[in-house]
Amino acid sequence: METSITSLGVGAEAQVTALLGQGCSFQRKLRTMGIREGKRLKVVAIYPFAGPLVLDIDGRQITLGRGIAQRIMVRVED
Amino acid sequence: MKRIVLMGNPNIGKSVVFSRLTGTEVITSNYPGTTVDFSRGKARLLGEQVELIDAPGTYSLQPTNRAEEVAVEVLRWADLIINVVDATNLERNLFLTLELLESKKPMILVLNMWDEAERSGIEIDVKGLETCLHLPVVTTIALTGEGIKDLVSRLNEALSPLDTRILSEEEKWIEIGRITREVQKVTHKHPGIWNRLSEATIKPVTGTPIAMIVIFATFWMVRLIGEGLIAYLFEPIFELYRPLVMNVSAKLGHGMLHDLLIGRIIDGEIDYVQSMGVLTTGIYVPLGMVLPYIVGFYLALSLLEDSGYLPRLATLSDNLFHRLGMHGHAIVPLFLGLGCNVPGALSTRTLETRKQRFISATLLGLAVPCTAKSAMIFGVLGSYGQSYVFLVFATLALVYVAAGLVLNRVVKGESPEIFLEIPPYRRPSMRMILKKTWMRIRWFLSEAIPFLFLGVVMVNVLYTVGLIEWMGNFFAPLMEGWLAIPGEAVGALLVGFFRKDLAVGMLLPLGLNAQQMVVATTVLSLYFPCVATFAVLVKELGIRDTIKSAAVMVTTAFLVGGAMRWALIGWG
Repeated sequence: METSITSLGVGAEAQVTALLGQGCSFQRKLRTMGIREGKRLKVVAIYPFAGPLVLDIDGRQITLGRGIAQRIMVRVED
Repeated sequence: MKRIVLMGNPNIGKSVVFSRLTGTEVITSNYPGTTVDFSRGKARLLGEQVELIDAPGTYSLQPTNRAEEVAVEVLRWADLIINVVDATNLERNLFLTLELLESKKPMILVLNMWDEAERSGIEIDVKGLETCLHLPVVTTIALTGEGIKDLVSRLNEALSPLDTRILSEEEKWIEIGRITREVQKVTHKHPGIWNRLSEATIKPVTGTPIAMIVIFATFWMVRLIGEGLIAYLFEPIFELYRPLVMNVSAKLGHGMLHDLLIGRIIDGEIDYVQSMGVLTTGIYVPLGMVLPYIVGFYLALSLLEDSGYLPRLATLSDNLFHRLGMHGHAIVPLFLGLGCNVPGALSTRTLETRKQRFISATLLGLAVPCTAKSAMIFGVLGSYGQSYVFLVFATLALVYVAAGLVLNRVVKGESPEIFLEIPPYRRPSMRMILKKTWMRIRWFLSEAIPFLFLGVVMVNVLYTVGLIEWMGNFFAPLMEGWLAIPGEAVGALLVGFFRKDLAVGMLLPLGLNAQQMVVATTVLSLYFPCVATFAVLVKELGIRDTIKSAAVMVTTAFLVGGAMRWALIGWG
């Protein structure tokens, strides 16, 4: 099932399937930080009040705002 | 002269490599965006004198903030590129490498943090990588200096790329995938104690109390070191110094020179804070009152920086900063600004948009007291009672938040969300901490003492020619009518443009009561940044935005000052 990363809970692991929208500079930034199609990531933390998410990719943690996270589509692993 | 430029992603140790190659001292830390401007240094490499340039870190050659713009600009000057790559994150770093190859300049690749890669179970086939990229590759541990000799001896092998075909972005990622699969082997390791600490400090539920403890401990440490140094080192020294200046004072007799060097004698004694002579107040304020706290603050800040805690704090505080029109990374200018507003203002470059930089820089000049200012508020207001000191700092914090909320609504433009890499924790090296603190102290002394002398001379001249009296009378309606403090306090505001610490000292002889003192120090803190910060603001924001920013500060200062007068003194 494909869904946005923001719909996952803390501790969930998933594989990136697509980066949605907003120009190539946005997508480039995500990719150069390690968020790319095919990558596996884990949700480390979700901040309340529409705050940021912390993801773990390749053993490295990245903080990103909720709006950015919404555009990362993933497939949840069973 | 040949120019060699160090390029690479943020926070991978370029500045450490630079420092090793040139012997130049530069500030290094464990968070992305420490280097916001390039530094130059010279070294004898390749059998000749060459210039080395340390560029700010960037993820790609399409810059997303001003620091990255600098990196792209600097690249154009390069005759040779040293591409520093984080060995623990090869795949991601290779994107910039492939982009750099397209510049067709001679290049050598440095796999830094080789030890950390080994520890985390990453094996890289160096020979294989050399073949893939057609570049010489060396491995280094810049922090200990391992591999730097190897880098130097192989610089002459730096090659211009053969393959001149420009790859599209997508092709680059495919190429990167191919290379990493070929040369890198990752053995999964169980998360260690550092990983668990990392998770605990970044989750909101556990991270928030930890952050509070860390911040509290930091300020406690600053005060402990500052007060300790004053009581056991600087006070005794200045007591030994006292007979010496008294002697000079007696020899000089009355006259201009005495006023300038020694200042006023109060009750037959020299008062180090109030006398206002170059040899008395001019030396005592920077060394006896401010320096001890500077030492404390920069030791504490270095610990926060080098451990890698700041990006965690940025994450935890993102919610707050987002409401103020910035994002969590704005904690970096704030923390640097608590030491000195100048590096604080410079670090606003790591924020992406004009709106964020404007808000961050304005709030910095407005409500973030540098250590010099804070030390003087402690020193001067502390004698009236600690609760008054608390009142001033609480007001500043409130103004920071309130002004941020307003500016977020008023200032036009985008506020992008946080997007920040969290570096792994590293155990700070004592040697690096001490070295960094020493660099910053030296910088403080070279900045503060000339301006303090200038300030002291100015105070004397202004009093002598009667300008302060004249302005005091002129502004009396505003100062007395609105703030309930004597018109003469304008002198402190004037001098505050040069040195805030000296200006706080100038309030003492006015004979203010505690409430007036609170109003005066608050207004003095808010109304304008010092000249050094002002110059950086002009450079970073441009003259138009700096004027707007200054207008915000002056207006806020008098509004808040008036409100405090109303609350503390009343209108009666």
